[in-house]
Amino acid sequence: MSAAIEARGLTRRFGDFTAVDAISFRVERGEVFGFLGANGAGKTTAIRMLTGLLSPSAGEAWVAGHDVYGETEAIRRSIGYMSQRFSLYEDLRVRENIRLYGGIYGLPDRTIHRRGERLLSDLGLEHAADELVASIPLGWRQKLAFSVASLHEPEILFLDEPTGGVDPITRRQFWEMIYRAADGGTTVFVTTHYMDEAEYCDRISIMVDGRIGAMGTPRELREAYGVPSIDELFLRLVRPDPAPAPGVAS
Amino acid sequence: MTSAERGARLRRWFRTVGFLVRKEFLQVFRDRVMLFEMIAIPIIQLLILSNAATFEVHDSRVHVVDESRTAESRGLVRRIGASRYFTVVSSDPSMAKAERDLATGRASVIVRIPRRFADRIESGRTAPVQLVLDAVDGATAGVVRSYLGAIVERHGAELEAEAGPAPGTRGAVAGPAAPLAVRSRGLFNPTLDYKDFIVPGILVLLVTLIGTLITSMNIAREKEIGTLEQLNVTPLRKSEFVAGKLVPFWIIALAELSVGLVIARLAFALPVRGNLLLLFGAAGLYMVVALGVGLWISTVVETQQQAMFLTFFVMMLYVFMSGFMTPIESMPGWARALTELNPVRHFLLIMRGILLKGAGFADLWRPLAVLAVMGVTVLSLALRQYSKTTG
Amino acid sequence: MTALRGFIVKEVRHILRDRQTLALLLLLPLVLVILFGFAIRTDIRSIRVAFVDSSPSAASLSLENRFQGTPTFHAVATVASTRALDPLFRRSAIDEAVVLPADFARSLGEGAGRVQVLADATDPNIGSIMTAYAEAVIQSWAAEWIASEAAGPGVLVSVRTAPNVVPETRLRFNPTLASEDLFVPGLIALVLTIVSAVMTSITLTREKERGTMETLLVSPLRPWQILVGKVAPYLVLGFVNLVTALAAARIIFTVPVRGSVTLLLAEGLLFLLVCTGLGVFISTRTDSQRAAMLASMAGLLLPTTVLSGMIFPISSMPAWLRPITYVIPARWFITIARGILLKGVGLGVLWPDTLVLALMAALLLGASTRLFKVRLA
Repeated sequence: MSAAIEARGLTRRFGDFTAVDAISFRVERGEVFGFLGANGAGKTTAIRMLTGLLSPSAGEAWVAGHDVYGETEAIRRSIGYMSQRFSLYEDLRVRENIRLYGGIYGLPDRTIHRRGERLLSDLGLEHAADELVASIPLGWRQKLAFSVASLHEPEILFLDEPTGGVDPITRRQFWEMIYRAADGGTTVFVTTHYMDEAEYCDRISIMVDGRIGAMGTPRELREAYGVPSIDELFLRLVRPDPAPAPGVAS
Repeated sequence: MTSAERGARLRRWFRTVGFLVRKEFLQVFRDRVMLFEMIAIPIIQLLILSNAATFEVHDSRVHVVDESRTAESRGLVRRIGASRYFTVVSSDPSMAKAERDLATGRASVIVRIPRRFADRIESGRTAPVQLVLDAVDGATAGVVRSYLGAIVERHGAELEAEAGPAPGTRGAVAGPAAPLAVRSRGLFNPTLDYKDFIVPGILVLLVTLIGTLITSMNIAREKEIGTLEQLNVTPLRKSEFVAGKLVPFWIIALAELSVGLVIARLAFALPVRGNLLLLFGAAGLYMVVALGVGLWISTVVETQQQAMFLTFFVMMLYVFMSGFMTPIESMPGWARALTELNPVRHFLLIMRGILLKGAGFADLWRPLAVLAVMGVTVLSLALRQYSKTTG
Repeated sequence: MTALRGFIVKEVRHILRDRQTLALLLLLPLVLVILFGFAIRTDIRSIRVAFVDSSPSAASLSLENRFQGTPTFHAVATVASTRALDPLFRRSAIDEAVVLPADFARSLGEGAGRVQVLADATDPNIGSIMTAYAEAVIQSWAAEWIASEAAGPGVLVSVRTAPNVVPETRLRFNPTLASEDLFVPGLIALVLTIVSAVMTSITLTREKERGTMETLLVSPLRPWQILVGKVAPYLVLGFVNLVTALAAARIIFTVPVRGSVTLLLAEGLLFLLVCTGLGVFISTRTDSQRAAMLASMAGLLLPTTVLSGMIFPISSMPAWLRPITYVIPARWFITIARGILLKGVGLGVLWPDTLVLALMAALLLGASTRLFKVRLA
């Protein structure tokens, strides 16, 4: 069986600026893969290419076994995506958003209803089902967006900075939701700039200026670089004062 | 593909579009300010503007400079004052004062009767009467000139009749005053009611304006908010997306047009001489074009601000190059050719044809065909332009 | 004050950075003024006429030739019966028809000629002008025809059928009734109204939509300073538009400038202040760009076109409606612009219109600042 995601030399240029510079990696099925990096390191550009929102300038990539050049429609049927920007309709009610996205993915009415109710009870949002999305707190909105993105039970979930701007408790709950999805066999590709979240991932890659600076399991990376935390590693990658340590993968 | 598969696919298509249509309706009806604007703006404007759009001249302000001060000249002044088109506001004999009145706008026309007016008539020579018009308002000036000219000439004719034929002035060749009896009739609008002409135009433009604005800003807004990206990673088809955006506003626009027609019928007794079914068929077709243009704008631009600019440009073309107020026939050739690309021009021809002239399909198939071609073109453009992947 | 200056500089930079929009802002009004200045004519230049002539004769052909010889009339069809006219009128293929009876030639010889003129009066104004034109052509032809018949076959005699009292018309301020001179000032007022109002209302509501307005509000800037910072750059842009549009009017359309240019520009600035004030006012009443745009474009485009007097004379409107035109800023500016450009008058005559614009500006900006503050509290 093919990898969930595979990229070889994937590149994106905007004019003279190279946002993503020939990155290569492989994400296995069922993995929680952390895509780390500072703001502007190229994380979002990479995720937009993998989800078929942006054409690559060079390189190759497959998502769920489908080519990002010619088979974007097949990719779209296999993935769920939660963008950095808030993606639900704020002027629709919670339940209306669930119905809309369920309908777009072609789920039968009964399935939409069943999964919708379960989703609401999992989130503890039953009381707010008929509230406008705009009126519920940000943390809940983010969790709701995550749940709606996985309503159609996709093979792969792309999460672009899902925990941006939420409180620590909600972040913790968020990661529990991610694990639950992974336990169900979903591959999760998650970007973040919180380095402490790296420890929650099966494997991580750290992007620096459009390239992958380091990649491996958190433990492998800590040991290879001899740093106590990924945070430390990140700082070292961004400001490579001493001679660079041997990378586990690059 | 078997026919069963095709049927299933079609059902799925309609179901998905149904979800999108529902979503748009929910959003529209939830935004109270927008909803109020969409309903109130057309109704209020239709009722007010329809009364304002007229070139009719009444109570044009006349400053009389009577230098003759004779029975003949006073008769002319009385005749002018008695006309419902004119009001004599001043008869100060100073021409300088009169010119000042004209400049300040206190008077819009000066009638100057020269000193030797009566003498010249008596001696059988032509007696000029000077009319000085404020031509800043061109439309009015033209009408005032012809009305006032007619009054002056008629007065002359009557003076002549009273005096009997003056010797030697006119040859026998002139014969009767008018050698040929001309009877004129204005068709389709016998009472020359300007409202019959202008109301369909105002109605069409209002509905078009609202429809184009809300569609052109719609997708641009989803781009700005970020929800469009979310839709773009779903397996939604382009045709489903475009239909989902078009259908709700098509329904709203047709509803607005119908309400507008009812109001026009009740408030202005707008005639309906042709087939209403044909009218609505044409309106349905036209709305696809008008909203299609809005959607196309929305797919081209990145922000609502840019959408607004393009819409403004298009709307100005719609207002000024559709024959709504100013005659297309008077435009220079290149501008006339440009109006062929204007859907409002074709739909107005159909509207006025059906409502005022009782025209039928046989008379209107050409503009209908043009609208159909435009509809197909603009929808394919929007479909092509809308891309789920940026380059 | 330093904070305000910094804020304005930031706003100006922001506008300058978006070259595309800036180019659009500067060019769009100019393009519209030039395009419509050339395209729109309110006079009638071309009338398509059809003849109903069931028994063609030398007389009927001569009349038809006479029509064809005028610059205005274009004969597009000659049909045998009036019934054939209906579809032509309904299809809008002809504007007017001249119906000659079967015994036209004979009755004319007997001095009892009759002709019927039918005009498409869907537009009643144009309809009555068209019938007047046609009547004039027919009468002048008839006079000559009868005279030449009397003089013997083949001789055409020119006759003057002048009545003894003749009106001599002089058209002040626009002797040629040039459409551009009348239309272009109105067009400038219309375009500036919409562009200024829309730009200001959008820029303010966009801040609200994005939530950046709150950031501004917690800054040390006072509400009125925020408004000034947001509006001033667009006021300057509007002024540039005004100058280029007036230059185009002068150079391309040779619209006369009989009064003071300085006064005109000052009045223009006042007018722009009213329009931007209108934009600010709209933005205080709406929360989304869409709603602001609907209000400023759908709410202003047609009312300004119809009620400002740029096309339809205000004196023609019913008395109850004339006061409604008072609320249209462009109405006052058009009077002022036409006064300065075409009549060459100054403040001595135009002070009431100027006063109204000044009051409008004060009222709109005052109310907006107050509403703006209330929303913050």
